[in-house]
This record gives sequence, structure tokens and C-alpha cells, in this order.
Amino acid sequence: MGREPFEVVVERYGPMVLRVCWAVVGPTLAEDAWSETFLAALRAYPELPPGSNVEAWLVTIARNKAIDQLRAQSRRPVPTERLPEPIRWEEHDVGLDLWNALKRLPRKQRETVAYHYLAGLPYTEVARLLGGNPASARRAGADGIASLRSMLAPSVQEKGPR
Amino acid sequence: MTGQDFPELGPFATMSGAEMDLSRLRLRLVAEAEREGLLDVVYRTVDAPVGRLLLAATRRGLVRVAYEVEGHDTVLATLAERISPRILKAGGRLDTVARQLDDYFSRVRSGFEVDLDLRLASRFRLTVLEHLREIPYGSTASYAAVAALAGSPRAVRAVGTACATNPLPIVVPCHRVVRSDGGIGRYVGGDDAKRALLRLEGAV
Repeated sequence: MGREPFEVVVERYGPMVLRVCWAVVGPTLAEDAWSETFLAALRAYPELPPGSNVEAWLVTIARNKAIDQLRAQSRRPVPTERLPEPIRWEEHDVGLDLWNALKRLPRKQRETVAYHYLAGLPYTEVARLLGGNPASARRAGADGIASLRSMLAPSVQEKGPR
Repeated sequence: MTGQDFPELGPFATMSGAEMDLSRLRLRLVAEAEREGLLDVVYRTVDAPVGRLLLAATRRGLVRVAYEVEGHDTVLATLAERISPRILKAGGRLDTVARQLDDYFSRVRSGFEVDLDLRLASRFRLTVLEHLREIPYGSTASYAAVAALAGSPRAVRAVGTACATNPLPIVVPCHRVVRSDGGIGRYVGGDDAKRALLRLEGAV
């Protein structure tokens, strides 16, 4: 069986990759990171071995592109001109609150939350991406989610104990 | 797989349900891919009186027209395998042929002036397709006559196969090939579609 048309990949994983980019680089740079990710993926797609884990492959590319965006941003500390329009989230304020909380997490926790909770990668894949072992990835994910819960508790009404 | 698979998500519950506007990002991807020379195949659909048609083009030209009965997903999968998996949905390259099809079905136009990429047909089938374009709008030719035109008068069955596997129906008019006994013959888009095209052209 050959590879699916790339359109299917964009359709199936586009929203997931945008969530991951958003969580790693924030709302302003997420669209650039998304575009870079899919352009790089399209370029490499014919060489992707059939039967590969497309989701993990995309998250790996997205991570590299997101980190590129963060590096570029740190080189130009005041982003002045041409701010891309932010994504229209259904609950925009909640989205911004979430980003404000996410960016206060240590980077390993933030990335772990993005790859495990938003991309749905198992902790073994997360560990492969970030280095370390699955147990430490699991701890980073749990710590990250716990911090997010406490930071967001006042502004997000919980529907009851989970 | 999304956040919805993780019921313990808590703060992310709202995020996974957020409506994201990806259409603008997809347009940007198409534009950048085109600029970088990475867009090997583009496709779109058009609604026609004979049903929804899939149109696909490479950089060389129109490479595929497919009827709904052929299964558009199957056709795209075949294009991914035979040409390139770098396939995106996009207008651009296909706008001209879409407009010409519209004119054809409105009886404003009797032929198509677009670049064709005939790479999906080879050898004798390619020869047959080239001769099909000599059958004028509104007329028909028998399978035997096309075989003679293609220089192999005894290859009547092979002409039938070439028509049945025509990658560019309507634009390369295999619907104008009918049986010598007056029967309409078979068609890749179904008998009804063939009859509709011949009626549109005033040939029956």
C-alpha cells in the first residue's frame, strides 16, 4: 500500500499540529510554525517509509519548527510589525488564559503537555522526542497539568471534581 | 487523536473543542508549496449535469477527470501512487478547465483548450486517445473506425479498453465512440452519462 495523498494528512492532522504549535510557541507564532511544519512535511513526504507513524513524524517536525520560531523570536525581542492575526478560538479568552499559564511552565513540562495531551502521543514517544525516559516524561506531564490546573482554577469554572 | 481522548484533560477541555480556522492556513500552504515547486498534483471537484467530477492537474496540465462512480478517493489514491503523493486540494491550475467545462455543459463551447498531461495512458491506448480528439463535436465514430484511425483496424477490443480506461473523459471525447450496430456502448461514467453527453452535443 502506498502513501495517502498529502491532502488527507493535512485534513487529518492539521488541527492537532496547530494545537501543538500553539502550546509550544503561543498564539502569535503558531500559524508560522504550522505553515513551516506542513511545508517541510510536504517536501519530505515522498521519502517517508510506508507504514510510518505519521502523527509522531509530524510532531517531530512541528517541534523543530516551533523551536526555530522561538529562537528567531528571541533574536528579535520586540516583535513590532506584521503581527499575524490570532487564531479565532471559540473561547478566545480561555485560550489566552491558557497560553499565559502554559508559558509559565518549564519548557519540558510545556512540551510534554503539548505532545501528550494535545497531540495524543504516548509517553514513550514523548520521551524519544525530548530525551529522558517515559517515566520522567510522565512525571513532567502530570506536574505540568497540575500546575496548569492551579493557575487556571480561578478563571475556569470546573464542572465538578475529576 | 485529539485531546478528547484524554478525559483527565481538565483545562484543555475547552481547547479541544475550539473551532480553529484552518482554511486560511491551507491557502497559505498551497501558495508556498506552489512557489517552492512542491505541488505535484492539485485537484478540485466541479458539479456538472453528469454528476460531480474530480479534476486533477500536474504542472504539465490536466491529468485526470473522474466521475463519481469511479470513487474520487480511489482515484486520488491511484494518483498518489502513480504520480506523486504530494497532492493538495486547490483551484489555481484547474480554474480554466472548470470554466470550460461549465461552458461545454451550457453549449457555449464545443472543445477544450487546456494543456493535457497524458502520462496515465501509454502505448496503444495513448495512440487511441490522440485519435479520439479527431472526432468532431456532435458526431460519433464506431470502435472499428477508431481502430482503423489508430492504424490497427483489427484492434477493436483494444479501442474499447482504451476508452474504458481514458483518464480524461469528456475532455478527450471517448463518449463519441459507439458500437457499429447502433448500440451506445459502455462508458466509464455509466451509460446514462454517455447518453447525456451525446444528447447535449445533439448526436443522438
